[in-house]
Amino acid sequence: MEKTNPIPQTKDSTEKSLYVPELEKDSCGTGLIANLNGNKTHQLVQDAILMLTNMEHRGACGCEPNTGDGAGILTQIPHDFFVDQLSKQKITLPDFGGYGVGMIFFPKNERLQDQCRVLFNDYIDDLGFELIAYRAVPTNNNSLGASAVASEPYIEQVFVRPKEPLDLLVLERRLFVLRKYAIHNIHQVYPQTQDMFYIPSFSYKTIVYKGQLTTHQLGEYYPDLGEKNYTSAIAQIHSRFSTNTVPKWKLAQPFRYVAHNGEINTIRGNLNWWKSKEDQLISDLFSEEEMNRLKPICGQGHSDSGNFDNVLEFLVLSGRSLPHALMMMIPEAWQHDELMPEYKKHFYQYHKNMMEPWDGPASICFTNGILVGATLDRNGLRPSRYCLTDQNTLIVASEAGALPVDQGSIILKGRLQPGKMLIADMDEKRIIGDEEVKRIVCQRLPYKDWLKEHRTTMEELPGRPDSGMVMDIRSLVNRQQLFGYSREDLKMIISPMIQNGKDPIGSMGTDTPLAVLSHHAQHLANYFKQLFAQVTNPPIDPIRERAVMSLFSTLGDKGNLLSDDPVHAQYIHLDQPVLNAEDFTKIKYIHHAKYKSGKVDLIFVADEQKGRLKAALDHICATAEDLARNNTNIIILSDRNAGPNVAPVPSLLAAGAVHHHLIKRGLRNATSLLVEAGDIWETHHFATLIGYGVNAIHPYLVFNTIDHLQAKHVFSSEMSSKEAKEIYIKAIGKGLLKIFSKNGISTLQSYQGAQIFEALGVNREVVDFCFKGTVSRIEGIGFDGIAREVVSRHRLAFAPNLKPDGNLVTGGLFQWKKDGEFHLFNPQTIHLLQQAARKNDTKSYQAYAKLINDQLTQACTLRGLLTFRRGTPIPVEEVEPVENILKRFATGAMSFGSISHEAHSTLAIAMNRIGGRSNSGEGGEDPIRYQPKPNGDWERSATKQVASGRFGVTSYYLANADEIQIKMAQGAKPGEGGQLPGTKVDEWIGRVRHSTPGVGLISPPPHHDIYSIEDLAQLIFDLKNANERARINVKLVSKAGVGIIASGVAKAHADAILISGHDGGTGASPITSIRHAGLPWELGLAESHQTLVKNKLRDRVTLQTDGQIRTGRDLAIATLLGAEEWGVATAALVVEGCIMMRKCHMNTCPVGIATQNPDLRKKFTAKPEHLINFFTFLAEDLRGYMAQLGFRTVNEMVGKVELLKLKKGIQHWKYKELDLSPILYKEPADITVGQYKKVEQDHGIKHVLDRRLIEYAQASLEDKQEVNAVFPIKNTDRAVGTMLSHQISLLHGSEGLPEDTIKYHFRGSAGQSFGAFGAPGLAFTLEGEANDYFGKGLSGAKLSIIPDRKAKFEASENIIIGNVAFYGATSGEAYIRGRAGERFAVRNSGVKTVIEGIGDHGCEYMTGGKVVILGPTGKNFAAGMSGGVAYVIDRENNFHKNLNRELVDLDPLNAADKEDLRYLLRRHFLFTGSDVALEILNNWKEASGNFKRVMGREYKALLARKKKELVKTTKG
Amino acid sequence: MINDPKAFLKIARETPPRRAAEERVKDYQEIYLPQPIDKIKEQANRCMDCGVPFCHNGCPLGNLIPDFNEAVTEGKWEDAYLTLSKTNNFPEFTGRICPAPCESSCVLGINESPVTIEHIEKSIIEMAFEKGWVRPEPPTLRTGRKVAVVGSGPAGLAAAAQLNKAGHTVTVYERNDRIGGLLRYGIPDFKLEKTVVDRRLNIMEAEGIKFKTGANIGVNIDAKKLLQASDAMVLCGGSTIPRDLPIKGRSAKGIHYAMDFLEQNNKRIAGNEITDEPLSAKGKKVVVIGGGDTGADCVGTSNRHGATSVTQIELLIQPPATRDESTPWPLWPMQLRTSSSHEEGCDRQWTILTKEFLKNPDGSIKAIKTVKVDWKGQKFTEIPGTEVIIECDLVLLAIGFTNPQLEGVLSSLGVATNERNLVEDNKYQTNVEKVFVAGDMRRGQSLVVWALAEGREAAEQVETYFKKAWRG
Repeated sequence: MEKTNPIPQTKDSTEKSLYVPELEKDSCGTGLIANLNGNKTHQLVQDAILMLTNMEHRGACGCEPNTGDGAGILTQIPHDFFVDQLSKQKITLPDFGGYGVGMIFFPKNERLQDQCRVLFNDYIDDLGFELIAYRAVPTNNNSLGASAVASEPYIEQVFVRPKEPLDLLVLERRLFVLRKYAIHNIHQVYPQTQDMFYIPSFSYKTIVYKGQLTTHQLGEYYPDLGEKNYTSAIAQIHSRFSTNTVPKWKLAQPFRYVAHNGEINTIRGNLNWWKSKEDQLISDLFSEEEMNRLKPICGQGHSDSGNFDNVLEFLVLSGRSLPHALMMMIPEAWQHDELMPEYKKHFYQYHKNMMEPWDGPASICFTNGILVGATLDRNGLRPSRYCLTDQNTLIVASEAGALPVDQGSIILKGRLQPGKMLIADMDEKRIIGDEEVKRIVCQRLPYKDWLKEHRTTMEELPGRPDSGMVMDIRSLVNRQQLFGYSREDLKMIISPMIQNGKDPIGSMGTDTPLAVLSHHAQHLANYFKQLFAQVTNPPIDPIRERAVMSLFSTLGDKGNLLSDDPVHAQYIHLDQPVLNAEDFTKIKYIHHAKYKSGKVDLIFVADEQKGRLKAALDHICATAEDLARNNTNIIILSDRNAGPNVAPVPSLLAAGAVHHHLIKRGLRNATSLLVEAGDIWETHHFATLIGYGVNAIHPYLVFNTIDHLQAKHVFSSEMSSKEAKEIYIKAIGKGLLKIFSKNGISTLQSYQGAQIFEALGVNREVVDFCFKGTVSRIEGIGFDGIAREVVSRHRLAFAPNLKPDGNLVTGGLFQWKKDGEFHLFNPQTIHLLQQAARKNDTKSYQAYAKLINDQLTQACTLRGLLTFRRGTPIPVEEVEPVENILKRFATGAMSFGSISHEAHSTLAIAMNRIGGRSNSGEGGEDPIRYQPKPNGDWERSATKQVASGRFGVTSYYLANADEIQIKMAQGAKPGEGGQLPGTKVDEWIGRVRHSTPGVGLISPPPHHDIYSIEDLAQLIFDLKNANERARINVKLVSKAGVGIIASGVAKAHADAILISGHDGGTGASPITSIRHAGLPWELGLAESHQTLVKNKLRDRVTLQTDGQIRTGRDLAIATLLGAEEWGVATAALVVEGCIMMRKCHMNTCPVGIATQNPDLRKKFTAKPEHLINFFTFLAEDLRGYMAQLGFRTVNEMVGKVELLKLKKGIQHWKYKELDLSPILYKEPADITVGQYKKVEQDHGIKHVLDRRLIEYAQASLEDKQEVNAVFPIKNTDRAVGTMLSHQISLLHGSEGLPEDTIKYHFRGSAGQSFGAFGAPGLAFTLEGEANDYFGKGLSGAKLSIIPDRKAKFEASENIIIGNVAFYGATSGEAYIRGRAGERFAVRNSGVKTVIEGIGDHGCEYMTGGKVVILGPTGKNFAAGMSGGVAYVIDRENNFHKNLNRELVDLDPLNAADKEDLRYLLRRHFLFTGSDVALEILNNWKEASGNFKRVMGREYKALLARKKKELVKTTKG
Repeated sequence: MINDPKAFLKIARETPPRRAAEERVKDYQEIYLPQPIDKIKEQANRCMDCGVPFCHNGCPLGNLIPDFNEAVTEGKWEDAYLTLSKTNNFPEFTGRICPAPCESSCVLGINESPVTIEHIEKSIIEMAFEKGWVRPEPPTLRTGRKVAVVGSGPAGLAAAAQLNKAGHTVTVYERNDRIGGLLRYGIPDFKLEKTVVDRRLNIMEAEGIKFKTGANIGVNIDAKKLLQASDAMVLCGGSTIPRDLPIKGRSAKGIHYAMDFLEQNNKRIAGNEITDEPLSAKGKKVVVIGGGDTGADCVGTSNRHGATSVTQIELLIQPPATRDESTPWPLWPMQLRTSSSHEEGCDRQWTILTKEFLKNPDGSIKAIKTVKVDWKGQKFTEIPGTEVIIECDLVLLAIGFTNPQLEGVLSSLGVATNERNLVEDNKYQTNVEKVFVAGDMRRGQSLVVWALAEGREAAEQVETYFKKAWRG
């Protein structure tokens, strides 16, 4: 059978738009209930449905409130129910196990339905089954929304029996083959059924009911589920939150085995690798014929979760146990875990060459009808809570309390931990612990022996005497020239990497042309933009959470995935992918029975004839194929042989081509790719190669360059050349981890081939040949264009009379140079802009705007290539006045700290005067600025930012906002955090950020309360509660798929969405990120507008855009592409005097902007008037365009993309190859579909519990009277106390109310964010349990939590609050009788709390406050903790193993500490009655000795210094 | 020294000391004393290595100023030299006589004194000569193409150097008796000692450039024949026709063009036998008309001759002592400039219009009649009643040059000129095939640094022209 490419052919109108359906994301709530005794009941099914509806807030609906994103349930086959049902048709079912039931979605169209059925019936027969009956599944679509109904399938169940009796396992496999075979064939015969004919499940033991439903609709839609004799002992549920609203019933979950909450970040690579494995599959259990019927196992028509399920199902049915298969697909972080037992490491080590981790946040519930369980990814980024009742019922769910359970019946409460598995066996009627189940799996086969015998490391290979070539200076320069090195590459990239041991840092945004617009020959990697995690999945912190990261790579054959033999242990292990000359030579000349290397030359004839490069690539692929077929399992791609007549093929191009060619030929799995090339020196070059499938890299030229630099004494004289190279390799490793982590990927193996890039300016032919599957939306250069750039460098290199050293090109990317790269902000434009703004000089503004806008010969931006069509001009007087337009301006988010107070407050005053919005940035804001000045000026930033560091984010801060902006990403460094060194945190900044002066601050890469889209919805909900009047704005960065994310964000009830360009500014970011991450806003904005209109969500949100906006023309284009508001930052700073020093990170800004140095701050001379002049110029400029195009208001203009066209007369050869029509695509929509913000979001806060809390507290709020009350609470009551705190902040400022003014007692299971941003004066006691984000952003309130009075379990041994408690909390107290999940007190800067045990990553990034832990602590405690104190009990004296000592010291307690601890323990006992606290207090002398103190080293030193000073002053 | 990004906060600008005025007027030697190496490094350290180096933009040559400053700070003089020589063929000239537009646009100049870029440049090249890094580097490959460069001033020399580097065979033709043009005879020795010029010429000769003096193309050498024998010709004849002041009494004896005065003096110092009427200011009351650099050179030379008094008058308004608001940073500032010559003694007057030259009975100059003017925008009016008579024995006209000499090489080749009588060009190419033009001949009178830039650019264009011709 011929296999067809499974890319769906349903693109129709999306063909030309920027919307890429493959990028849709989803994420969700999951759960399961299982009675381990095997008692099948209907109640259990009902309970599961109730639990599902209680997690409605984790799902979402589209533009119609009654169209859900998907919900479903998986149960055991309700045999009795089916017997009963079929008996009505006079049909007798065989006994359980004698038949299979398929749930089938047929097309609604009856003809098509019949056609499918005819084929299907044939297949049943062909594959050895007999049809028993079809049963029309009763459905009720009364309450469904129009779009759900429009795509609703016709649903039937099919019952089949094997023609001869089969063993149960065989039966299940045969049903599987039947399902796959039928689907493949029917889709091939009737391609239009791609999304319509689908089989949710086909099994003898499980069945899935699902659809495009809300959680509430599920039970109603399928009356079967309500039937009394519909019973099951297992029910697995899922509620979906999708970014899309283009309904697809089949994407609802559960799938056949799993319900997945999260996102597989590496899906593209996993699919590619899978494809290359498929050809090598040989199974004992499936015949060759069956195997062919099964293939392809997975593909692109499915979601990431769907594909995951497909592969898991296949692995299980091919003979691996369910836990075994899961461990292969989602391995724990084993590489650096010292505590992990050896046998487990061997298991993972053995399997790593077979399967790349399916990496990304994942909470997975799984079942095969006998085993049930759940597992978390290595980072534990999704919540999963469970409990076991005395009836032996196991309940697992994303939230605690989703199913109300009598607390007296609970015997165990827990949460899943990162990488851990919870599994229960219905046959054994018990829970099997993670350790037990994994031990069984790992010890099944002698993995250790196999590894010992077959695995090879570099050290074991024999060395070669001739390794390492010395290059004379002339050949070196010649080579550098050939591969495009510039002087800047030596100075700004390579040297600092060795001097500082990491990727170099830069500042300000990029204002140079995109690679495809540059006149300078570009490195091919410059056409590839790094993608990054944003909203739907979190980035990781590769430094503080290094333990989960890995750079391991392998060389060798991967073999048949289905076999369990020693051959899989046969690989060469590499600690990291960069090979030095010595190691490379070992491989090059390897002489080994099991390994064979072969070289392919990467060269093409440099005579400028067309077709040369493509011909060379064809030859390269053919040669590589030949080598692979001849058992060469290490293919070396080398450009060493480039010379005067032959130019080097860019290594990235060649590697991509060979990788895909070998995949296509089914050979990739059998060999590995090693690149030896001269065009590799930046981290990004390495990342692109690995991202397109390369296993290892030998960048020989950079090593020669380092030799030369070392000889020139560029580095410290003590450093040898060898050491310099080692440091370089390490720096590249760190840089790579950062790039992986910004995608939320932890291991090189899963990054390898994952293609997490967007190509910008590369044509389809090249992409399809070398980078298949990569998004490339605007066409661009082809093979001949790439060749042309290579040849231009080649000519330069082999020109006569080359002078050594002098002749490398300048570069000019980081520093403007006359003969370097073009910059939009150059001496001329900076001067004119400053002149215009300072003198209010229209002529200068016009001259400036002309220089910026006129991009005909040298384009810098995509918008530079666009121009306006003729509209119907109107007199400019008819256009809405400047004042209206000024209100639509925002300035960029720049923190006080990154820029000076003067620069910051001048922006604020100017924006407040014109009615625009300035942005606080992420550094908090001095409350003094909340009060207007006597002259009427106001320094308050209208927009308050909430970023991952949560610095200074208090209830009062939030209360003083017109807009709250959640920064999901930043153009200059999407997917990364930041760091403010302690030296920069002076008294003032420390106070404003609620941190300790002198102690460094770290912003984590992710928001630890946003790991997926439903988390963002939760934060929006929290913030809306924290300030009902404030508009919630979510800041995103442009990339392929941002429109899809924007839709998700709109569904998460954001009021405004900001699409930032890649070129936005920064105070400090790695240069790699500034240059290579993110995409232009033109693409992101256009995609967002198109997608929001498509989903009919556009009128719910305001769209804003920013990123190097400089002129009225930029504004006009942004508006036509869909933005109704605009942000300006860099240009505003230039107006303030910025001269683009690009040294913001050094605190030396000579014009007093990006500095805190008082002497330099005095040099700040800008006035608010200058900014007002500038914004007025912009607004007037825009009005000019509006008049010319015929728009009276901005609203009319939004999204009128039909008025844009490509500029005529574009000369440059590169520009001609671009196709900007996707940007100019107009999403068809009827007039009822809004094109700009018109509709207010329903935030669902009208009836929250806080309304009652406020009502009861009136007397307190008004007169500070004390109040006591008791309330029941359930998991749908979220952000309890937040709105009440807002009232306190409004009325009483940051001081709040006196302690214990409002004393409320709650009983039940609290929803997420209990006590979030709780203000002073609140004293909440929660009796029961709480979910995630307990006490988030706590701002002075007091929280206590105790188990329910009926609970019989031991409080201190059970979990009582969820993950990420006290995230970003600034002050207050909290006492927790029980344990918490992961990431307890992350970024705490002031809360004092006592708890009885916590999970991994406790106190991460903590900068202040006190944490007492009376029980176990998880791994990686105190990572990045720069301030505050933790007292941790350490009875076994092994706590240090879990401590991350990077920034902290572990000490015994001194007398003062002990007093401190005792006081806190007394409070703990007082508020919770904790028996643990009591016991310690009763044995104080002895027990207090069990405690250790964890304190930030920097903070400790600071305290010591202060103490000394104090002594001095008292003496003096 | 390690590069300190905060050095500019700690160190003040300091230029090298000068010899005392009373001492230096006694000779024609360099007026600056050397600055200690550490001081130079420290000064270079003040450079902020800006993201947008306005200095590099301000420099017509595009000198890589932050790059060489960094190298100097770190004591990597050879690197500094390599960087400097990438864009500038003759830093020893510009390091001495350039008005340094780079320093006016130095970012530090926004609110501090700029980096001493020019002096650093001079220090680098002098170090390079001293250490022997400046050595002949003849091209490894000769193209066989012949290029004739007409005129040996800064533009001609720069073009010649670049073309030779590219492997072409270059001959420079100079009508005067020595190579160097204005560098040789226009600039007094106390600003540019001629050994500095010779030192460079020796290197260039050793690199294979041929120099022919006394070769006045179109006069004593047939221009067309020369062109025929060349693959390209670059005209760098300068803008040599001085602006006159045709007022009453102009025929008086003792009124000379500044350049005549300076050239003769330079020749005298060079040891030439002076056959023309000797021009000396000794014991004379000298009036210099024109307030520019040439005027200042006349002042300095007159003082060295031993003039009894020197008066310099200028028609324009006296500029303010600091940067005028009309020319904010980074523009070339309207600002009073006091040269070393002025320090040596001179009466400077502004807004003075010369109305008439008054003669002695023997026809020699007796005095000039002047009047004060009032400037309104671009126009001035005389202020009645402000007439003053200034007595003098020698008047030097230093009011610029109007255009290149049209007869001679231009006329014999038929090179087209524009309404300003400057050579017309399209990317340095004239209307005559193979003939290029650079320097003052094309752009009109200007700075040495511009001449270098033009010479380099013209060479680049010749190269492009050759490439095109080769490809057909």
